[in-house]
Amino acid sequence: MRKLALSDEILMTVEKPARYIGNEINMVRKKLEEIDVRFCMCFPDVYEIGMSHLGIQILYEMLNQRADTYCERAYSPWPDLDKILREKQIPLFALETQDPIKDFDFLGITLQYEMCYTNILQVLDLSQIPIYAKDRTEKDPIVIGGGPCSYNPEPIADFFDIFYIGEGETVYYQLLDLYKECKAAGMSREAFLKRAAQEVEGIYVPQFYQVTYQADGTISKFEPAYPEIPKTIKKQVQMDLKNTFYPEKPLVPYIKVTQDRVVLEIQRGCIRGCRFCQAGMLYRPIRPRDITFLKDRAKKMLENTGHEEISLSSLSSSDYKELPELVYYLIDTFREQGVNISLPSLRIDAFALDVMSKVQDVKKSSLTFAPEAGSQRLRDVINKGLTEEVILKGAMDAFQSGWNRVKLYFMLGLPTETLEDIEGIAVLSDKIAREYYTIPKSERNGKVSIVSSTSFFVPKPFTPFQWTRMNTSEEFLEKQRFLNGKMKEQLNQKSIKYNWHEAELTQLEGVLARGDRKLSKVIYDAYQAGCIFDSWSEYFHYDRWMDAFEKNGIDPLFYTAREREKEEYFPWDFIDIGVTKDFLWREYQKGQAEEITANCRQKCAGCGAMIFGGGVCFEGKN
Amino acid sequence: MKVRIKFSKTGCMKFIGHLDVMRYFQKAIRRCGLDVSYSQGYNPHQLISFAAPLGVGLTSDGEYMDMQLESSLSSAEAIAKLNSVMNDEIRVKSYVALEENSKNAMSIVAAADYCISIKDGYDFPDQYEQKFDEFLTQKSIIVTKKTKKSEKEIDIRPYIYQFAYTAEQFAAKTGNVVEETVAEQYKNGKKIYMQITTGSVVNIKPELILEAFSKYAGIVYEPFAYQIHRQEVYADLHADPKDSPEEYGKNRELVTLESFGKVL
Repeated sequence: MRKLALSDEILMTVEKPARYIGNEINMVRKKLEEIDVRFCMCFPDVYEIGMSHLGIQILYEMLNQRADTYCERAYSPWPDLDKILREKQIPLFALETQDPIKDFDFLGITLQYEMCYTNILQVLDLSQIPIYAKDRTEKDPIVIGGGPCSYNPEPIADFFDIFYIGEGETVYYQLLDLYKECKAAGMSREAFLKRAAQEVEGIYVPQFYQVTYQADGTISKFEPAYPEIPKTIKKQVQMDLKNTFYPEKPLVPYIKVTQDRVVLEIQRGCIRGCRFCQAGMLYRPIRPRDITFLKDRAKKMLENTGHEEISLSSLSSSDYKELPELVYYLIDTFREQGVNISLPSLRIDAFALDVMSKVQDVKKSSLTFAPEAGSQRLRDVINKGLTEEVILKGAMDAFQSGWNRVKLYFMLGLPTETLEDIEGIAVLSDKIAREYYTIPKSERNGKVSIVSSTSFFVPKPFTPFQWTRMNTSEEFLEKQRFLNGKMKEQLNQKSIKYNWHEAELTQLEGVLARGDRKLSKVIYDAYQAGCIFDSWSEYFHYDRWMDAFEKNGIDPLFYTAREREKEEYFPWDFIDIGVTKDFLWREYQKGQAEEITANCRQKCAGCGAMIFGGGVCFEGKN
Repeated sequence: MKVRIKFSKTGCMKFIGHLDVMRYFQKAIRRCGLDVSYSQGYNPHQLISFAAPLGVGLTSDGEYMDMQLESSLSSAEAIAKLNSVMNDEIRVKSYVALEENSKNAMSIVAAADYCISIKDGYDFPDQYEQKFDEFLTQKSIIVTKKTKKSEKEIDIRPYIYQFAYTAEQFAAKTGNVVEETVAEQYKNGKKIYMQITTGSVVNIKPELILEAFSKYAGIVYEPFAYQIHRQEVYADLHADPKDSPEEYGKNRELVTLESFGKVL
């Protein structure tokens, strides 16, 4: 019988013990005596969130395809277990073997959102691995970070030995081969790190770089400590999405997780060029997967998991050229077997309505639009190519087919935003309701329900808005109040529900998103003051964070409420994502001039991603 | 057609709650491609149901699930197919076809056999057998039973049908031999076996009896000191739903749930 790291008594005491026992269907088992490299892949949030992440499933199968490597998993222990592990000095363990992570060769941590940063420290601390990279010794695992937030790793640079910049499919094997070679040769930790930084493209070892600052707090110099270490780090891109790793046997958890279904990534990247969107810039150029490959994987994954639902994943599914063929294939092949097809957010057109009516109960499902801004002027600023006309027509078509629920997503605090733009959110919500009531009562399906949600805009690195000033909490709250008032003035206010986000959490996200190395100490102090699970409102302590800033003499507004100069050297500028800073600046200027930029398929905007030699940049050129 | 399967649950799967075990089976049935029937509608679900929920932390040799199928393999094939897609801590042991009009397992559950092991590292009287015998010679054992809605005092003595301290003794009393068990074994070897009322009319949990015994024996009741293992679940051929709780089970004739079906 499998031996568990936790006793029955502990498991019977904590909430959802299934988070800690592993043994899920399709869990990989290996003989340790045949393994050279033990890798623990960690998602620093609760199990149900971490298990829903596609990236880890891809890397888990990819790393485990190597006979010499055993990739296991770990997630953040929920606060109830966190307390017990500390009290009883039980080291955090990997789910597969239940062995302490501190005995592994690598601890890989995926960085999906800024608000998980204190959880990284929790995982290190509970694993009994020194929190600061500089304090680690030969016996400690190499701590490696990757994922979206590694495109500005500086706020957490002090806690990591390595950041892997880019898509995981490309250089992991090379890195592991190098590690094996160094280990066999008895080389030191530092010697391995140095060779990795020198020889493996996309590998960033923060301790080999020195940052100096100007009197105003901005960076004056960012330089490698050794001449052999590269000055810039090139983002890694998997150009061939047709024949690359994709899970065939995803893990099937015992408890219901957030994404309790098969996920099919149909393409990577986006052609749209929305100016606020980081993913849209980071993952250029768009690379579709082959439809035959997708059909095959859909079938295999459904068979191997027994999931009753499959969903398509991409940044903008409507831009996948063979979407109708794929969706109708899924419906025709799997509906009979009781499999739900969960649709991604589609542009509402005849195809979308047809598909939706086939797979959803019209009375219970809703239409989703993400206009992001309330006026056409502001939608042009952010280059969101969705017009009021399109929204109203899509809604009307849907209403006539029986739908009566609409969800709308907006952002507050976008650059150049005025009160009229904000009021536009309420007006647009109302217009959709009015549209509904133009249908004769006898043909209507009861009342219309409009749910409008606003989040606060956070400028992100590697977007045209990376220079822009972010609103303060006070400004955000004022805008929210104003909009709430405007919602109440609308004719159909009773049909409109307005939801909003928390301002304080957004502020902190803004600081960490565009932060620099000086913030490591703040994160450390916030963690020591008891901050973990910051993205869970019941555990978010804004006051403790503010104390940590104050203690370190750091003004959070320096990172958020400051319009940056064109020439400023950003903490993330040492990373080369292909898309150039010149292009981003041009887009920022065009945005302020309310000019739109055509999408990649209409006209190349010369962003720089063509350097990768594939994807949309070369469509139709062969 | 209707079939009933019997399965065991052990190891770390004891931490998986009843609803999640149901989800586990739904996915396992899909993985192995059994020809299960689905309900109609936009969110079709499999027509399966369980006999008696097993609490988190308990292991079992005798759990039951009923399924409605469109067509069936032979019992041996179906068992092999299901077990090929399951982990080694939940195993299907039997698969039998039921009469089309038979009642579902959940509605006929009347009693269950349990084996309770004392875990190592906990205090438990050495002469516990004698103490337990004495405990059960009492005419009545009044305990406070807490439900979601209320608390009430009941006499649990009539609901303890059989008891023993070794597997052989117990099998002799119940007439039911457990050939292979997945129950965890402990060095101290102290065990109590009992057959008690279970089901929708009267449901007595083994914990309730252990708590009452602890009180009687003057020892502190420690919930974690016991590994409770269910061995078998029974229906009562003479059960009358109109019986009052006091009369319930007095004139019983217990048969295992699997005995209602035929091997295919």
